[in-house]
Amino acid sequence: MRQQIVISGTGGQGVLFVTRVVAEAALRDGHPVLTSETHGMAMRGGTVISHVKIGDFRSPLIRRGQADIGLFLARENLPVHGAYLKPEGRAFVNAPGAGDGDALDAAAIAGALGNIVVLNLVLLGFAARSGSLFCGAHVLRSVVEGISPARQRELNLEAFDEGLRHGKK
Amino acid sequence: MEQRILMGNEAIGRGLVESGCSVFASYPGTPASEILPAVLRFSGETASPMHIEWSVNEKAAFETALAASYTGKRAAVAMKQVGLNVAADPFTRAAYLGVVGGFLVVAADDPGPHSSQTEQDSRFFAQFAKVPVVDPASPHEAKEMIGRAFALSEKYSIPVVVRPTTRICHARQDVPCGEPVRLGRKADFRKDPARWIATPAFLPKLHRTLNEKLDAVAADPDWAPRRMSGDGLGGRPCVVASGVAFSHAFEVLEDLGCLDRVDLFQVLLPHPLHRAFIEEINSRYGRILVLEETYPVIELQLRNGKALGRTSGHVPREGELTPDIVEDVLRRFLDLPPVAAKAAAAPGRRPTLCAGCPHRAAFYAIREAFPQGIFPSDIGCYTLGMNLGAIDTCHVMGACINQGAGFYHAYAQDGGPVPPTVVTIGDSTFFHAGIPALVNAVFQGARFILVLLDNGTTAMTGGQATPQNGVRADGGAGPAVSIPGLMRACGVNFLQECDPYDMDAFRRVLEEADRYVRGPGGGVAVVVSKHPCILPAVVRKAQAAVPVFVTEDCTGCRHCIEDFECPALLQDEETERIRVDRDLCIGCGVCLKVCPAGAIVEA
Repeated sequence: MRQQIVISGTGGQGVLFVTRVVAEAALRDGHPVLTSETHGMAMRGGTVISHVKIGDFRSPLIRRGQADIGLFLARENLPVHGAYLKPEGRAFVNAPGAGDGDALDAAAIAGALGNIVVLNLVLLGFAARSGSLFCGAHVLRSVVEGISPARQRELNLEAFDEGLRHGKK
Repeated sequence: MEQRILMGNEAIGRGLVESGCSVFASYPGTPASEILPAVLRFSGETASPMHIEWSVNEKAAFETALAASYTGKRAAVAMKQVGLNVAADPFTRAAYLGVVGGFLVVAADDPGPHSSQTEQDSRFFAQFAKVPVVDPASPHEAKEMIGRAFALSEKYSIPVVVRPTTRICHARQDVPCGEPVRLGRKADFRKDPARWIATPAFLPKLHRTLNEKLDAVAADPDWAPRRMSGDGLGGRPCVVASGVAFSHAFEVLEDLGCLDRVDLFQVLLPHPLHRAFIEEINSRYGRILVLEETYPVIELQLRNGKALGRTSGHVPREGELTPDIVEDVLRRFLDLPPVAAKAAAAPGRRPTLCAGCPHRAAFYAIREAFPQGIFPSDIGCYTLGMNLGAIDTCHVMGACINQGAGFYHAYAQDGGPVPPTVVTIGDSTFFHAGIPALVNAVFQGARFILVLLDNGTTAMTGGQATPQNGVRADGGAGPAVSIPGLMRACGVNFLQECDPYDMDAFRRVLEEADRYVRGPGGGVAVVVSKHPCILPAVVRKAQAAVPVFVTEDCTGCRHCIEDFECPALLQDEETERIRVDRDLCIGCGVCLKVCPAGAIVEA
């Protein structure tokens, strides 16, 4: 198994949390994993990206045109980080309308659940349902359950499940 | 051993604990900030008691840990690369005097740079200081190298630099975690004036000993570069790489199916470069490419005019060596067709102060009060005051106070009016390097306003406490060091505190400070802008939330977007009117004072 995933968003959107979920899921599924994250000033509302490489890799960074999957928590990041995707790569995008890859209005769904911050897990659930991720949705879900802080756990699982519900095989 | 997903910085922290490190000190700075929390966590998890501190600056951290090494214990200090500049003085001398217990200097470099004021190479600094430096290529390797580096430090009684880069520090990987060694060492400082005092008379001998140590390290088989592909016979082109550039190179060569077309060497210890390796490479290979970040440290030590790299122009001389760039360089080196040109990526969104950030209110008031002012500032979240046109300089930690003084003296000697000068510095930066600067400015008769942006934390790097909080790294209580008390002790005679959320009052204090600065007997006027960082939810919950609403009086003039730049105020594309993003707005209410049309009102 070799899969390269970019997770793109804006500082404060929870890109790092999704990165951790995906990395832990890889470990649970028995794969080696390498990630690279954005820390520092960009986290104050700037554009941020995580690279996740599952399988036998050495470099923590993904080259342009090599990513199998892109999770775009901010639709305006498509022109910034879209070039990481392979031509046949799949983009899951938090966007209200069609036209941007596999789009889902994750922000609206998260807002309806009570906190827009969980749009990251709505989008992850949505992508998990597609079957194109390296592992099954149940692995990701159990990691979300395992690493969420107690007072956040229920909402996080709800968000993930809601994303799953909206996903398509 | 148990596999855990660890960030590079956590792997380094784990390595320190597993290697029996007893004293660890650090000052926060990207990309090194997560090392201390990891040391703290793992020392707790493995019941390995340590002294762990967020020091007031890197020099204090360095000297504290170094003295612990003099007692025979293992000690380490961690910082970002420019932190080592602050600790340069003890660093360079520590090489001459050597160490007793293993002593590691973790200096995290930031090629790019992503979050730093330079992209300097700490391996070069290690060479300048004449100490060995190791360069891990992955989080796993970083953890493994810590124990080996301690052993190296003890074998040769020499400080050893561990130099990860951002892509190691902020990478995560599955890393095996084991049990800490139990060294059981007791502090035992042995007096040795010729060494620990080392007046100039003793230094030539110490310098000779240091050179001999470096010769021995350069011949140590444990740290010889490793050949990772090819046959080593010299018939193929040769690639020499270190750090994460090695990891990029290995993977690119593998993807291109070219791993066996080259002899690829990984350098683990870039300085002093292994002596026999230099001879082998130079005598055996006709085509040599060196890939390293960020300066040509290995390349220059090869002393081979034909080696290709940063000095020859085959590798970009500045910026991060991303795997895309490494691929371009390797393709050219191997005469492979170049990758099809890729469209340039759109620029991303720039960072901004958070909605409700007290710094925004302070900056807005400063700029409104002194439209012709000069605004030296410093390093922290508040550097983002540049987006509001409220800072004019940002140099290095603590520089802003000296700059305020320098601007004053340069203007004042011309005899004309001195522009209002408002210096902004954060509380952590003030503790770090602001205190000597303030003493100097006051004593030399400089006149300016110093606004201490006191949000009670080191916000940019993750909210580490400062000495005024009275909370130590491990959560234990320490005596709180009062900032106003320090200010007065530095000789400041005008000192007022004000919450910048009350922007009218804040502006009045600024104007009063300006009168003091210009009046008879004026000097440095200090205004403490006091409001906690609103990032912690507990702070946001504790403060009143003003429901903000934009009326139809909004003319779409964009003043609140361009000059106030609150991310919670957005312009509606259709109506051109401003609307409030309810998810981001925390109800600080500062924007009520900002709208020229009075269209932002309390709902």
